[in-house]
Parts: sequence; structure tokens; C-alpha cells
Amino acid sequence: MSKVKTLILRTPGTNCDVETSYAFELAGSETELVHINKLLAKPSLLSEFQIMAFPGGFGYGDDLGAGRVLANEVRLKLGEKISRFHESGGLIIGICNGFQALVKTGILPGPMKDGQKITLTDNNSGRFECRWTYLSVNPFSTCVFTQGLDRLYLPVAHGEGKLLGSPEVINKLNSAVYYTDKDGKRNAPYPANPAGTLMDIAGIADESGRIFALMPHPERFVRGSQHPRWTGEGLKKEGDGLKIFTNAVKWAREV
Amino acid sequence: MHRIEVSLKPEWPDPKGNGVCHDIQDLGITSVSEVRVIDVYWLEGNLSDSEVLTISGELLSDQIIQTFKYDANCPLAEADGFSAIEVTYNAGVTDPVQETILKAISDLGIKGITAARTAKRYLLKGEISADELKTIGNKLLINPIVQHVVTSSSNPFPPNPEYTFKLKKIDLLAEKLKDNMASLGKEYSLSHQELSVIYEHYLKLGRAPTDAELETLAQTWSEHCCHKTFKAMLDYDGQIINNLLKQTIAKATAELNKPWCLSVFVDNSGVIEFNDEWGVCFKAETHNHPSAVEPYGGAATGIGGVIRDILGTGLAAKPIANTDVFCFGPPDLAEDKLPPGVLHPRRVFKGVRSGVADYGNRMGIPTVNGAVLFDERYTANPLVYCGTIGLIPKKYALPGKQSAGDLVVLIGGRTGRDGIHGVTFASGELNDRSTELSFTAVQIGNAIVEKRMLDTLLQARDRELFVRITDCGGGGLSSAVGEMAESTGVKIYLDKVPLKYSGLTYSEIWISESQERMLLAVNKEKLGEILALFESEGVEASVIGEFTSDRHLKLFYQDHQVADLQMNFLHNGRPQLELRATHHKTRHPEADFDCPKDFETELKNILSHWNVCSREWIIRQYDHEVQGGSVLKAMVGAENDGPGDAAVIRPVLGSKKAVVISNGINPSYADVDAYNMAASAIDEALRQIIAVGGNLERVALLDNFSWGNASRPESLGDLVHACQACHDLSLVFGTPFISGKDSLNNEFRYEDKLITIPHTLLISAIGVMEDGDKAISMDFKKSGNLIYIVGKTAEELGGSHYFKNHSFIGNRAPAVNAKRAKENMQALSCATAGGLVAACHDLSEGGLGVTAAEMAFSGKLGAHIRLADVPLAEKIEREDYILFSESNSRFLVEVAPKHQAEFEKLMSGCDFGLVGEVMSEPSLEITGRDGKEILLNTPVSELKEAWQRPMRW
Repeated sequence: MSKVKTLILRTPGTNCDVETSYAFELAGSETELVHINKLLAKPSLLSEFQIMAFPGGFGYGDDLGAGRVLANEVRLKLGEKISRFHESGGLIIGICNGFQALVKTGILPGPMKDGQKITLTDNNSGRFECRWTYLSVNPFSTCVFTQGLDRLYLPVAHGEGKLLGSPEVINKLNSAVYYTDKDGKRNAPYPANPAGTLMDIAGIADESGRIFALMPHPERFVRGSQHPRWTGEGLKKEGDGLKIFTNAVKWAREV
Repeated sequence: MHRIEVSLKPEWPDPKGNGVCHDIQDLGITSVSEVRVIDVYWLEGNLSDSEVLTISGELLSDQIIQTFKYDANCPLAEADGFSAIEVTYNAGVTDPVQETILKAISDLGIKGITAARTAKRYLLKGEISADELKTIGNKLLINPIVQHVVTSSSNPFPPNPEYTFKLKKIDLLAEKLKDNMASLGKEYSLSHQELSVIYEHYLKLGRAPTDAELETLAQTWSEHCCHKTFKAMLDYDGQIINNLLKQTIAKATAELNKPWCLSVFVDNSGVIEFNDEWGVCFKAETHNHPSAVEPYGGAATGIGGVIRDILGTGLAAKPIANTDVFCFGPPDLAEDKLPPGVLHPRRVFKGVRSGVADYGNRMGIPTVNGAVLFDERYTANPLVYCGTIGLIPKKYALPGKQSAGDLVVLIGGRTGRDGIHGVTFASGELNDRSTELSFTAVQIGNAIVEKRMLDTLLQARDRELFVRITDCGGGGLSSAVGEMAESTGVKIYLDKVPLKYSGLTYSEIWISESQERMLLAVNKEKLGEILALFESEGVEASVIGEFTSDRHLKLFYQDHQVADLQMNFLHNGRPQLELRATHHKTRHPEADFDCPKDFETELKNILSHWNVCSREWIIRQYDHEVQGGSVLKAMVGAENDGPGDAAVIRPVLGSKKAVVISNGINPSYADVDAYNMAASAIDEALRQIIAVGGNLERVALLDNFSWGNASRPESLGDLVHACQACHDLSLVFGTPFISGKDSLNNEFRYEDKLITIPHTLLISAIGVMEDGDKAISMDFKKSGNLIYIVGKTAEELGGSHYFKNHSFIGNRAPAVNAKRAKENMQALSCATAGGLVAACHDLSEGGLGVTAAEMAFSGKLGAHIRLADVPLAEKIEREDYILFSESNSRFLVEVAPKHQAEFEKLMSGCDFGLVGEVMSEPSLEITGRDGKEILLNTPVSELKEAWQRPMRW
């Protein structure tokens, strides 16, 4: 059987592409870093891949709001291709800036034709924050990436991570991961939910469960010594984030 | 012209506005109850109303939470109940967002747009007086260097002047006859001696120099570019020192002759071997003067510049980590102590921090550690050190070489009037009019332009599409081209340089310090391929000239030759400075206060000192984990908030091999003794590497001198001493210097006063660690474990924080016995490598007391420490001196009882003492010399609070 292939999308300002690629490789996928201009020139490239990743960073500097310029470019120039990729069974993951872009294209929560329904905006603190967060996985979510997972510990690093939208939309989201306190309880005060996001939502999936995006960075915790307290709590064999990638690769392989 | 205002819907809170509101309250203004920030956009071009609506709705605003107002009549009327201040960039200052807006509008399929500008409109709620409004504007929202307040008569798109070529020559003979040489020297920042040499040179040539030639000489011969003080002929109390750098720092490196040093002192950064395949390089720079007048832009371009140094090392390295060290005036400085024309330290601090973070975060380079120091003397002359570490294939570690016929290719950002005369500005002293006069010397950075350049450059390197690279930094093209072409010669066509706007003279193009530009030498056969690569990712690249073989620097503008300089004169013609240095010793009053009864308050006061307290506020705002290499972070311990020592990262993701990065800096000791100040900085940098489990096997150092004024003999004498310390310790520790930098004019003059910064030497260290999984952190791990101190304590409190808190300086700064320190460090490294050490932290500011407190509260555990068991280098009567002495080369080490015998055996022959135990009861207990009296018994939560409170902003 041929190997699963993951396309890691690069744009001006993407900066987590290398470690995201490394995480997918650890999970057993082949990866290719593809610049958006290359994909725009040849959108059919996408059909060679089973997984597409929108990594973290500051696409186009986040000059007009996080992910906005990239989102417009993707929506207007690649929207149809991406819809087809998804409909034919492809998996899509967005991390941090990738989440912001997916939300602003309308790909999440989807469908894209309905346009943008929610947003990710300035943290309550008004500043960029890099810190580790406790997460719990929603066991009822159909999200392919989080199947079988329960609790996670992952870092965030963002200035615009507060998820907002109308209550009707928020209540219907296919939420996949929530910010919690150390003991896994939701509704924990700052900084457990670092941006002050509605309903503690850290990541969501589309209806199919095959498009998933989150603010925390699973690719930054794939080996034990990335944990902030490994020197005190012991070196784990692998990081919590790796399972998200192995889930995706496994799913893509089995389909 | 179209004007669009984008604001949050009123039902959503405005975090950015809240931040401004908070800052206004910090100014002591309480009348403002709410702030809303509105984004303003001006679009120029032939756009229909429906197109502007599309742009506003789909691009400029977020429909979920924002609304926009589009009114062709440019309303500036004040909103109901709010006062408004609208701020935009000055004409000629790059609006960093313009380029993105134009790109994004073209994505929407809209063609007619020609230009875009942005502004911020602040709406302030409350009964605000006109005076208060002015204060808020001047002290917080507007920096007149780069911004102004928008009024109804403002024109966001002023026409740029056209430039018609006219060759400018400077008739030196006539100037001399007019007795005008002094003012000419001033205009070009050339000394009398330098100008005389130039005069003689042109007399021989029989012609007058052009302005471009004089500018080139001025830039190349500036302190910033050629370090003329370090290369001067010194008369040091009768001893002649020809080139201080060569006689001290570089000499030690040459003597050590380490085979793993791949490139030292010859390139934009120094390179050492990491493993068989890779090298790591390291460079730290200062960006002091620009940061003093425009903290955000100055600091952002400081980090941008040092990143380009790494990109411009060898045949291009990949930046993998940043480390930043800042020196500011105290954040709580009283307004009436602020010299005229100077920004408040708090504003400088906040601006610098966000400038560095915004640039570093956007570049995707983790800021892994750093330091911040405060002293009133830094108020007018803040220091901003930015350091970057790079990863480079060993085969590309050395600088490349071009041949005649190779092309000069300029890539990256466009050239504007920004940053003109930056290096001569940086090489002079600041005064109360600096902010008015220096507006062109400040650049505005654009991290994404640099990021694009980085991404494509590394691809071009791996495909071997260029033969040499250097960065355009201080002095712009004039320095970069002049340096690069020294061995060959070059022709440059200045009209081929892409400009941000029209109206620049050929000289301005030549010396502009616009950011995000690099210079490449490209073989003609590879030109097509490299241009295509850059174009594919949107990086502008232009051929601006060709290397020759005549060793002349020739400049052309529209077919006119505007300069012809001999490389030999340009690089070797500068007359060597002759300076006098003298040894002196300042005596301070001896400390005179009784040993306090209340040790708890003393300890808390040091923990709360600006120089010691928690830096979490800063650190959290840096992305310190991007690139995925993190092993030991800046904040460690049970709650991820303890003060880590050196940073450890794994630059090659699949390999356990790690690099260790640390800084040492101790300007307080310079008030006592410059030699010991420098020695202490080196010791501190090395201590931190040892503390995290590193060793001295492969450690390289950087020196970075910031002096007040090196032209005074006493001050220069101190510089000589500091350099000698660098030489001596480098040799004994076996740790070579691989690169360095200096900024020797950090004085501020106003009225009849002169403020001089303390002599400040930043030592940065980089080491290689075989296995990152062997790293250890500083937090106590387990109750019942033993606590050892390594190294001896002496009564060395000169310049200490304990004395500072009692308003004394003292006369005995901590010295370093390097030979003994090295033995202790090596033994300790063996113990950590053998897995015997559970935690280790070095003793620095605040000595044993602070170190024990930090290890305890970081581990959420208690500790018992016995002063009676602390090994002393001499008899010390006072217990407060033992507890707070800042003697160098000391560590506090946690060892499990089961490793006691093995640890003590490994350390036998070293200076160490078993001074205590880790306790489950979370308080710090310290007993005195008699072994009984409890000097202090305080809950660690209180100590932590004292340490966290000051900078909990």
C-alpha cells in the first residue's frame, strides 16, 4: 500500500511548517511543503495528497487581522479545489494561524458556501501569549483527529485566539477540544482559557469530522522533552500532540 | 481618495482599547473610563463605490464582530461623548501594511488601487481636559519621529518630490581656504584627521570628491562599521597597545586555536561546529540609539538586523533562536527626573519589548531567553542587545567569494529615505534634540518581507545559486557593497535599485538603511534560475551591478559616473586613531549599616528589586517554542514560572544533540572595577551553561561592549581592563570569543549635565550538549533531597544588590578565580552528566538567599539552609554578607540521598559544602553560623509573591 501523503501549505509568514511536517513524518506520513503560489499555479497538485495542513504563523503578517488575507486568497482562488479535496475524503487540519484562516474562509465550521460564521479575535488580555494549556477532548465529537483521546497538554502562542460568534452558531459547533484546568474541569478562570474564548472551545471540526482546527500547537509536543516540566515529572516517550497526527495518518491509510 | 473606518460592534469588548486605557492610567490620568480603537484606511485609486464596499466588507473588516463606515468626505468629527485622537505615519515613513493591502485587494479581483495608508483612531471616553488629551497623545499614542496627528487638512498621499540628476562635488580646496573643514567634518561625521587624509588623497588625484564618495568614506570609517576605538593605537599609561581587539580578545581565540571554531571574527557572525554535518553561528548586536528615540521601530529593526547577520553568515544560515538583553531606566522613575526630550523608561521598555516580540514572533524564531536590567543612568541611553543563533551546513560555513563578471543582486525590501545616516547617528552622542533631528535615522521594519527572503534564500543556498552573500545593515549599500567587493572591485548602477517612492538622490539611495535587504553575488549562468526562485515566492530581486577586477568602487546613476573610489584607500586609507588611556580607581564610601535583625524583609526586598523580579510578563509575550526545538524553557518548575538558567534547544529535530545559550551581564560591578565586571559577566554566562547540565568542552563567547564614552582616558582605561579580563578568562576557561560588537557613545547631554551609562559588557555564550535529555532545571524536585553549595563565598558585595538596597556601592566587586572555577565546573558537569543532580541553579544577584528562594518556590517545596556549612574563602563576620554576597562561580545543587556518596566522590578536591535539605513543608528556613539561630523562616508563597509582584503588569 502506498504511503499517506500530507501537503503542508506555506505562505509568506507561515512559520510552523517545518515542525508540522516533522510531526506528520513521525506519524508515518510523507510530507511536502508547498508554497501557496505553487498551488495556485497548479491546483491539481492537491489530488496527490490525502491530508492538507494549514500550519501556524503569521500569514501575510496578519496585517488585516489574523489569517484574513490568506483566507481571502484561499476562498477566492482555491475554494473549489479544497471543497473537492474534502468531498473526496481528504483530511484538513489547521493549527493556530491555520485555524484562523479556516474560520475566515468559512471552511470551518462549514460549509464554505455559507461564508464566515464565527471568528477568532484579540485575546482578552490584549496581548500575545505563549503558555501551556490543559485540554479535554469532546468524546461526542465526530472529529477524526481526536478519536480515542481524552486529555491533552499543549502550548498556545497567539494574540488572536478568542473564538466568538452568535450563540446559535456556537451551540451547534462540532467542538472537539476544550480548555480546562489541571484536573480537566471546564469553566476555569484565566489563564486556563488563555484567550477567553466562548465555551472554552480550543478546537472544532466540521460536520464530517474530517476538517479539524485548533489554537494550541500539537506539533510542539511530539517528543517528551518538549514538556515544560519533563525535568521534574519524568521524560515521557512521546508528546500528547503526536496522537492527533497519528490518528489522521491512520484514518487516511485505512480509507 | 476613499476613507474607511473599521470598528468593533459596540457589544464586544475592545482588548486593545483596554490596554491603552490601562496605559493611560499608568500616566496618572484617571478621567478616561474607556478606550475604543478604530482602524482607519485610506485608499487611493480609481475605485467604484461597490468596489470599496467589497474591500471594506470582505477584507478590511470582520463581519462577525466589526462594522465599517465608508464615507468619501473623510469625516473627522468627534464621536458622541468621546474625544478622538487619530494617528498616522509621517510622509516618507513606510506604512508596513500598505503592501499587504494592495496584494489582498488584487486577490479580490479589483484593479484600480494605487496606494493605501492606515491610521489608528483612538476614542477616549470621559471628562478629559485638553491638557490631558495632549499628554496622552504625546506620552503614549504618538511618536513624532514617525507619526503625527491627523487633522482635516492632512493629506495621506502627499506628492513625492521628483528628483533631477545633478552631480554634487565637494571642493575640498575651497572649503579649506574658507576655513570650513570643521563644519564639513560635522556634516559627514568625519574627524579632522580623517578629513585631512581625504584632502591629501584628492589633492593627489587632482580632483574634488563627489558627495557619494565622501558619504562612502564616512560610512565605512564610522565607529559602527569599523570599530576604530578597538583598532586604535593606545597609550595606556605609557604602555603602547596597537589594536586592543587583536591584543586581547582575538589573541586569546588565536592562542586557543580550537579545531571546532569554523569561522571567527571574519564574518557577520562566528560559527562553531555542531556535529559532522552542521555548524551553529551566533551574533549579538546593539540597537541603542534608534531604540532611544523610537523604541518600537528601533528595537524591531534591531532584531531584524541581527537576523540578517545570521542570514548573511557563510553562504546563509537559518536563524533558530533569539536572545535579547535590555537595559532601561527604572520603570517607576518620577516624571520630574526625566531629562528633557527623553521618553519615559516604561514607554521605552514597553515599546522595545513589543518591537522585538512582534518581529521575532512573525519571523518564527523562538526568543529563548534574555535579561533585563535597570539603572537610572540608562534612562536617556537605553541599551537594546539582540542576539540570534543560526544553523548552517558545515560546508557553507565560510564566507563565499565572487569573481569578476559575477552580478550584484539586491533582494528583499525596497529602498526609501528611512535610516539615512543611521550609523553616524549611532556613532555619536545623544542629546535633548536627538528626537527632532534623527527622524530619518529610524527605520520601520516589515518582518514578513524578511521572512519571505529567509525562506527563499535557504532554498537558493541549497541549490548553490549564489556564490556570496552579505546583509545590508548599517551604512546600507555603501557598507555592504564596499565590504563585499573589497578584493575585486565593482560597478553599481544606482538607478537600478528599486525605490519605495520617487525623489531620492543617488547618494540617498546609496546610503539608505532601509530594512530587509540582502546583497548576493551571482554567477551570470545562475541568474535566470535564482530570479525565478525569488519571483515564485514574491521576493523582489534586481541586478544592480557587476563585480570587476580593478579594485575600484564605481557608482553610476543614469549613465553618469558619480563615484570612483580605490578599494585600497576606502579600506586601508583611514588614519589609525591615537588615544590615551589611563588606569584609575574610584573609591566609594564603605558600607556602613548594621547587620539587620529582619532577614525576611531583606530577602524580599532583593527579590522585588527591578533587576531580580520575575520577567514572566515579558517572556509570555515572546513565542519561545516555535520551530519545535525547545528542551529547557525560560520559565521552568512546578508551575512553569520559575527563572530558568540557560536555554536548551534541539536545532536538528531528529537529533538529541542540543545547543545551550546563556548571557552574563553585570554593569553594577563596573562602578567598582571594570576588570571584575567583565570577568563576572563571563563567569555568569558559563555558570548558566553548567547549571543546566552543559559543560565547558565546546563553548564559544560573544563580547558586546556598551560604554558611555571611550574617548576619555579613564573610561578607555576601563575598556582596556575589561578586554584584558576577556582575554585572561577566555584562555583559562578554554572558551574562545568568536564574534563581538561595540557601541561606545552612550552619553546624554542636556543643559550643563552629562549622563553616562555604566560600563556594560554583555557576554553571550553558546555551548553544545551531546544529549539534551540530560538537561536539568533549577526547581527543587523532591523533599528529603540534599542541598549542596559548590564554590566558595567571599565578602564580595561591591556593586551587589544587597548593598544597592542599602544605598551603598562598596569597593570590592566579585572576582573570578578562573582556574579554580573551571575545576569546580568540570566536576559538577560530570555529576550532572552522570544523572546525579536533580536541580542546579547558579548564584548571582542576591547570592545564596535569592538562589535558595527561587529554587524553592519554583519547585513548590521548602528548604532548610545552614549558613554554618557554607564554605568560605575567608573569615566573614556578618551573616547577612554570607547570605547575600555575590561571589562568582557558585552553584546550589540538589542531590538525592542515594547519590550522596557518588556525588561527593566526584566533587572531592572541589569547593563544596552540604548546606541543607529540601523540605515538604513549603517554607524557606535559614539558620545562622551558630547552627541554631533561625535567621529566617518564610513561606515560599510569600517569597514568590515578592518576586512576582513588581512586574505583574
